[in-house]
Amino acid sequence: MADIRTAATAAETDPTTAGWNGARSEPYGPRPRRIVSRRNIVVYGTLFVVAVYYLLPLYVMVVTSLKGMPEIRFGNIFAPPVEITFEPWVKAWAEACTGLNCDGLSRGFWNSVRITVPSVIASIAIASINGYALANWRFKGADTFFTILIIGAFIPYQVMLYPIVILLREMGLYGSIWGLVMVHSIFGMPILTLLFRNYFSSIPVELFKAARVDGAGFWGIYFKIMLPMSLPIFVVALIIQVTGIWNDFLFGVVYGRPDTYPMTVQLNNIVNSVQGVREYNVNMAATLLTGLVPLIIYFISGKLFVRGIAAGAVKG
Amino acid sequence: MSSVIVRDVSLSFGAVEVLKSLNLEIGKGEFLVLLGPSGCGKSTLLNCIAGLLDVTAGQIHINGKNVTWEEPKDRGIGMVFQSYALYPQMSVAGNLSFGLKNARLPKAEIAERVARAASILQIEPLLARRPAELSGGQRQRVAIGRALVRDVEVFLFDEPLSNLDAKLRGELRVEIKRLHQKLGNTMVYVTHDQIEAMTLADRIAVMKGGVIQQLDTPQEIYSRPVNRFVAGFIGSPGMNFFEGSIETNSAPVFKSGDISVDLSRYDFAGPGPEGRQVELGLRPEHVVLGHGADEMPVTAEVEVEIIEPMGSDTLVWTRYGGESLTVRAETDKVPRPGERVLVGFDPGRASIFDATHGERL
Amino acid sequence: MQAQTRRPTRLFRNLSAKIASIPMILTALVIFAGGTIWTVVYSFTNSRLLPRLNFVGIEQYERLWSSTRWMISIQNLFIYGICMLIFSLVIGFILAALLDQKIRFENTFRSIFLYPFALSFIVTGLVWQWLLNPDFGLQQVVRDLGWTSFSFDPLYNTNIVIFGILIAALWQGTGLVMCLMLAGLRGIDEDIWKAARVDGIPMWKTYIFIVIPMMRGVLITSLVLIASGIVKVYDLVVAQTGGGPGIASEVPAKYVYDMMFQAQNLGQGFAASTMMLLSVLIVLIPWAYLEFGRRRHG
Repeated sequence: MADIRTAATAAETDPTTAGWNGARSEPYGPRPRRIVSRRNIVVYGTLFVVAVYYLLPLYVMVVTSLKGMPEIRFGNIFAPPVEITFEPWVKAWAEACTGLNCDGLSRGFWNSVRITVPSVIASIAIASINGYALANWRFKGADTFFTILIIGAFIPYQVMLYPIVILLREMGLYGSIWGLVMVHSIFGMPILTLLFRNYFSSIPVELFKAARVDGAGFWGIYFKIMLPMSLPIFVVALIIQVTGIWNDFLFGVVYGRPDTYPMTVQLNNIVNSVQGVREYNVNMAATLLTGLVPLIIYFISGKLFVRGIAAGAVKG
Repeated sequence: MSSVIVRDVSLSFGAVEVLKSLNLEIGKGEFLVLLGPSGCGKSTLLNCIAGLLDVTAGQIHINGKNVTWEEPKDRGIGMVFQSYALYPQMSVAGNLSFGLKNARLPKAEIAERVARAASILQIEPLLARRPAELSGGQRQRVAIGRALVRDVEVFLFDEPLSNLDAKLRGELRVEIKRLHQKLGNTMVYVTHDQIEAMTLADRIAVMKGGVIQQLDTPQEIYSRPVNRFVAGFIGSPGMNFFEGSIETNSAPVFKSGDISVDLSRYDFAGPGPEGRQVELGLRPEHVVLGHGADEMPVTAEVEVEIIEPMGSDTLVWTRYGGESLTVRAETDKVPRPGERVLVGFDPGRASIFDATHGERL
Repeated sequence: MQAQTRRPTRLFRNLSAKIASIPMILTALVIFAGGTIWTVVYSFTNSRLLPRLNFVGIEQYERLWSSTRWMISIQNLFIYGICMLIFSLVIGFILAALLDQKIRFENTFRSIFLYPFALSFIVTGLVWQWLLNPDFGLQQVVRDLGWTSFSFDPLYNTNIVIFGILIAALWQGTGLVMCLMLAGLRGIDEDIWKAARVDGIPMWKTYIFIVIPMMRGVLITSLVLIASGIVKVYDLVVAQTGGGPGIASEVPAKYVYDMMFQAQNLGQGFAASTMMLLSVLIVLIPWAYLEFGRRRHG
């Protein structure tokens, strides 16, 4: 990049290096100093300021959730808590009211777990098999269905909301956890199928051919050859799905009932319920709690999360 | 009896015709090489024989059985791929036995076959390793072993040596030849490398545009190419070509600008070449430079433009009748650029092609 | 000549693959294609509490376009969409270019810029609702510093409420764009930079005239992703403002939900969602035409 050019100007303006250079008579110059060039100040300065902006909400969430209400009322939202209290967390988890019930976020949390686990398994299983069939066993018409699927990913969910209500009602799944599992499997299909199709397509086709000569069939190749080779992409899919399904609000509120609402819906109902005094510390503790699962996944998965975004999006 | 018969096989992907009503018979124990530039359909043909691609029309027989619509595993073939295609998560032994396990062979038999293949290919010490821990040459041996354990009549090779460096390629080439002599299987071998084709093949099928141009022994293909394409494709450095026409007085004479070559020694395939626009092809190794040139039926004095030393011999670039002429010369008598030298050749060893349709005359 | 065998029936070739694809086929046909057509058809009926096939022509659409709430929703979506597109592309690109300077702590910075993307819109909306709270949030902090007339209360100001939502959306979404752009920048041949440096082209010029045109694919991907996110915006509004103050921050997706599941006015909901579909198609069809039409011509 422009390292050398800017570094050269830095050497000219920096008196220490210039003097050192003059003292020597050799025809070679010194290695230019790079750490404190003007360019670096601009780059790091900008990044630092932006980083503060990005971190601020998280910081405010944390400090607010650890303060008592009097301190919030008279203090500054950026000030660290004078007296740390975990009571808002306890209250958010077990006692906060939604207007319908008063057992806090815990109910939503367990609902979310019960929704997320089977949804993730089902959607990844279906999509990986779809992707495998599309990559290696193209049958006539397969690409047409896939195209519809991908176009479907761009259609606003609102268009399909009501037909699915009818479908779930007919199947007796409306309002149940399993109904939500089905909806998540359906709407996870386009992006995951694309992800797996692209990944399996990138595996050398000769491997597939060799396995066919060796007499392995559709399932044999999938389980014995493709699956063991594809663990990273399964982890990527896992990350996409766990965060995606955990963060869902729309499907939860449309296809759930108060006793099956996922955590996000429960959270919104707690914070935005109109009754009673607003307890900002409890609200922030609840918000943090809801954000904790995806945040933990994000920080653990690190590069794989980025890869998931890139894999799911760039090739799309 | 033929081992593999390909009858009127066509293959199209949509509007693109990759194979055009192709016929080929491969004898038992024969080593047949499919040779051609990329996109000529040679790999496609091999994949059709293997059953990895469905043909659009035509029939394929292997060992007297019509296998046109059989699964690859039921065709009695083993296949070796360019990228080795070893299953990365399995050990070498696992790779070798995967197909046998799928065929539900008894354990003892699997172990015996794996051991035999491993000893033939000398990969016994590698059996417990993973493909990632092997070198390129070792991987290719394992890939060959995977075909070997299947105990089949026909081996299919899809550019098996293309991913190896030049030295290894030479070594494995010999090894494949040795294997063929030892086992006596039918082998169908796809390559774009003419050295491999020349050294390995009993017969070579030169392909272009989904059609077999010439099917013959390596020597015949080298010395009597049936058309302009085969002549240009085979041989390195490539054949020299001169455009001109044929005039007949008492004997046919090739005329191009100020050169004229007496063709009375040339063995024309058909009658009546006179008056035609033709191309005269001369292999660089059939042109003699310096000593001995004056004994040739046709001689000329030419100016040396460039020399390319290649170690064992040297390539000399000159100009003859306005066209570039390369000559293969021995290294110890190389002229300098700018020098004028005498070259000579025997028209009897030349090839003459029709300028319009490219067929040999 | 040996006997010829006939081609086996097409239906049974790859049978396992076909069986395994049944969920995909059903989803594509029944849910995506069928559901969409169903909604469009029923948008021409006067369904209220339950869907009924009682066609009333374009009456629902006339009512939709004469509704103040819908007009505000559309207007909001328009402002939000344009700003979101421009800001997230520009900020995302600048951040990516900064991170691409072979800097130290690149991973740390990237993690910081991207983490909001892992959070749900509900969490995002609630945090920013708190930060922009006029009594305790940013406005109050600045006032406490001595600037007592300072006023920044987007969530309580009808005129600028949509920008309050935009701030939260940018905080949540620019990390994604940055990541895509960074991947695009990394995909550019190092030799391009060397060539530009040898030719003495300044860095900013290299970016604008050489690098950005080479990143066409990534730009289009980002554009499509941002655009499809814009149309879907719903949770953020629900969490941050609930559509308020009044109806000042309503968006089409919320209009659809409210009509279908709160106001028991299904026909309106169908008509509104069909309009959403239409707006997506208006963007999608020319893009697909350009993208695939060009590819076909080589």
